[in-house]
Formats: sequence, structure tokens, C-alpha cells
Amino acid sequence: MELKRVVVTGLGALTPIGNNISEYWEALKSGKSGAAPITYFDTSLFKTKFACEIKNFNATDHFDRKEVRRLDRFAQYALVASDEAILDSGVDLDVVDKYRIGVIWGAGIGGLETFQNEVIDFAKGDGTPRFNPFFIPKMIADIAPGNISIKHGFMGPNYATVSACASSANAMIDALNYIRLGYSDIMVTGGSEAAVTQAGMGGFNSMHALSTRNEDPKKASRPFDANRDGFVLGEGGGALILEEYEHAKARGAKIYAEVIGGGMSSDAYHMTAPHPEGKGVIAVMKNCLENSGLKPEDVDTINTHGTSTPLGDVAELKAIKNVFGDHAKNININSTKSMTGHLLGAAGAVEAIASILAMQNSLVPPTINHETADENIDPDLNLTLNTPQERKIKVAMSNTFGFGGHNACVAFKKMDE
Amino acid sequence: MSDIASRVKAIIVDKLGVDENEVVTEASFTNDLGADSLDTVELIMEFEKEFDIQIPDDQAENISTVGQAVSYIEEAKK
Repeated sequence: MELKRVVVTGLGALTPIGNNISEYWEALKSGKSGAAPITYFDTSLFKTKFACEIKNFNATDHFDRKEVRRLDRFAQYALVASDEAILDSGVDLDVVDKYRIGVIWGAGIGGLETFQNEVIDFAKGDGTPRFNPFFIPKMIADIAPGNISIKHGFMGPNYATVSACASSANAMIDALNYIRLGYSDIMVTGGSEAAVTQAGMGGFNSMHALSTRNEDPKKASRPFDANRDGFVLGEGGGALILEEYEHAKARGAKIYAEVIGGGMSSDAYHMTAPHPEGKGVIAVMKNCLENSGLKPEDVDTINTHGTSTPLGDVAELKAIKNVFGDHAKNININSTKSMTGHLLGAAGAVEAIASILAMQNSLVPPTINHETADENIDPDLNLTLNTPQERKIKVAMSNTFGFGGHNACVAFKKMDE
Repeated sequence: MSDIASRVKAIIVDKLGVDENEVVTEASFTNDLGADSLDTVELIMEFEKEFDIQIPDDQAENISTVGQAVSYIEEAKK
């Protein structure tokens, strides 16, 4: 059977550097860091005291009081980002067939704060299990897509993908494939995460995964810099409306880009460490090229996973050189995590959105905070350091990798006029 | 209004996000105040906590209005 073509017709973002698409793009262009001291809880006993929190977000601006209590922050972010994307798509929900609209949403963890607080309450008691009836339905990762469908009446395929930091990239690929195969006309996809909590910070700190540059949070996320010391935890949500091309054309929708393929692979190596030769990462980019019908020379930009960890950044760039050969030096490589921090399960979505906006604006956002070259990184690679670079982009790829060795890569192509 | 009634009312207003003047004696949690099955369980748990009482499940099933909650608690606190 012939696969249907799939395009992006709506975008939504709630990120540590901007609370909607236009703020997000302005911040990406200007190289703004979203890192700051944590405001949610007392960090005096924590090794890392900063993160990329969402700013100026009042849940009651978006939800009534009862809804706020029923929604963990990760689900609130999901609803806010998807609302923006649905509105942006211009789709008239009164005329479309809602059985043909699904939601596939990524969350690496889900309602971590809800889990943490309920367990703290339990531990303070006498052992009687007096858990709140909303504990489980607030916490489970799939409640985000569940709530999106409840709000809008979308009755197509609906579930969450969980592959740690690759979660929302997996969600986008599944959404792409359902439309390709003709199961749905429109998919709301993306991801959200809200792990800036005591459990999240403490847990990642124990793994030595987080930067501890407490004296200068804004400079802490520094992918590819010689003095990088771990990732900076971020939070938020990103949403994309994927739509079957003829369906989008028929309703005169604005089209941001075509989603031309996705790659998936596993490292099959270690729970948290990247494979030193990047075997799984090489495989995922090759899979993505093949699935998208691309030659390596077709690719203009790669928004890397680039988390600012000592091992991961080097392994990913080695893999890019392996896959793209001589063409690697022609590619604008960047890591927008230098600005947003690492949004875990939402990373794939917000970074894919950054790639699409870069394509639309012919401008590659910078990898900020680069001061010292790492001798393990080929100086011929263009890492889009510190300032944005103008570039006509025909094809953009976005990499995301998760603990557990999950790798996912998505490719977007500019629509031919 | 008794002290118990006003405390019950405050809990309902807080948990169900309803207006204070909707919380009348004969108001049903589900039919009038928009509660679902989970909200109802949460209300019972909040009453237990607020008044330091235990409401067994079989008796909780009979508490479906504001008035029934107030009477039950007044009885339990005697």
C-alpha cells in the first residue's frame, strides 16, 4: 500500500524560555538561557540548586480550581501546549470527524510530584493507606493524552509513549505512522514533563547526571564545551498537530513542514551510559535517513540530543561523523538544550519544534555557552556556537536518546512551494 | 449554621470548586455539585480528616447530600 504523506499544521510550546511558540522562537534566536535557582522547594541540602523552570505560569489562568487539583503539572503543560497547537492549526473541531483524530503523547516519568507528595503523606502517617483517590489518575503518564482527548472529544488512537528522554520523539513517530497507514487524519502529538521536584532533582543528582554549576546557572548547560559537567533539568511541554497532507490541503491549512520519516533503535548496552562508539545512535540516524528516503547529503541541520554531559555529547558527534562522512562538516549542528535545559520526555517535541521554526525562518538557533573547545570533538564540525546562523534549510533532523538506551530521530522537510 | 455544617461547607467549596451559595442542605454531590465518583471518595476522606472520624465504606455510600454529611458527622461526634 502507498503511505500517506504527513505534514505539520499546528505548533504549541510551553518552555523554560518562552510560554508560547512566538516567545519560544524569540528566545531561541536571541540565545536566552532558561536556567535559574529553583523556586519550587528549598534546595539548601541539594547538590544542584538550579533548573530550567517554567516562568510566570499560573495554572488558574488556564484551569478552574477543581481542574488544577486533578492535574499534575505535567498534564497541565500537556493541555496548555496542545491547546495552542490545536488553535494554531485552524482545524474546525465542529466539522471534522473526531473518530479520525488521535492523541499520542510522550512523558518520560509522568506525575512525579504527585507521586512524591502522596508517598510523603503516607510516610508521615501511622501506616494506614489513606491515599487520595486522584493519586493514581493524576500520576500515570497516559493521563496527559487522556485529558487532551477528554477536553476536545478526540476519539481516535490514544496512548502515551514512555522511553525516557526519547518519549515524545517516539510519540511523533507513532503519530506519523498512524497517519501514513491511514488510521487517522489528524494526530495531536508531543510531550510534557514536570520533574523539577525534590525526587527528580535528588534522583538525577544521585546519578551524577546534573550540572552542579550553582555559581552560574545560566552558563551551566554548555553542550560540546570542554568544561561541561552534566545536564540542566528542564520542564514544560511541546505539541505538534500532524495531519494527512490531502486533508490539510483540502481545508486550506497552513503547512509548516512535511514529516518525512523517523528512525528508532536501541543501544542494548547499559541502563544509563551511552554506547562509547555510539552504535545505537549511528543506527538510529541511518534508520531515519532510510525511512525518510534521504541521502546523507540531503540533511542541512541536526538538532542534537546534546545534553551537555561529558560522555553523551562526544559519542553523538562521533556517530554523526560516522553516518554523514565528509558531509558532516556541512551540517549546522546545534543543541537547543543549551537554552531550554533538558525537558526529558518533552525534549523530542520542543526540539523538533525548534527545528521546524529554524526551517521556517532560515535561521539555526545557537548552541550557547561555548567557551572552550573539547579536544575530543572534531573542530571541523559546525556546532552553531554562540550565535545563530542563517541557513536555507530543506531537511532538518532532530535526535533524542533516553536512559534505557532508547534512540529516536525524526526528519522534517520544507514543503515544495 | 452549626460549626460542623460550616466546616463541611468549606471543604465542599474547596474540593469541588463550587460557589458557596450552591452548597445547600439538600444539594447532591453528584447531581447538583458536579462531583464524580473520585470527588465523592475524596470528600469522605476530607471529612474523616477534618473531624477525626472513620466513615466505613458501607456508610459512606449513604452520604450523597450536604445534609446527609452534616447529620452523619454530628451523630459521629456526639
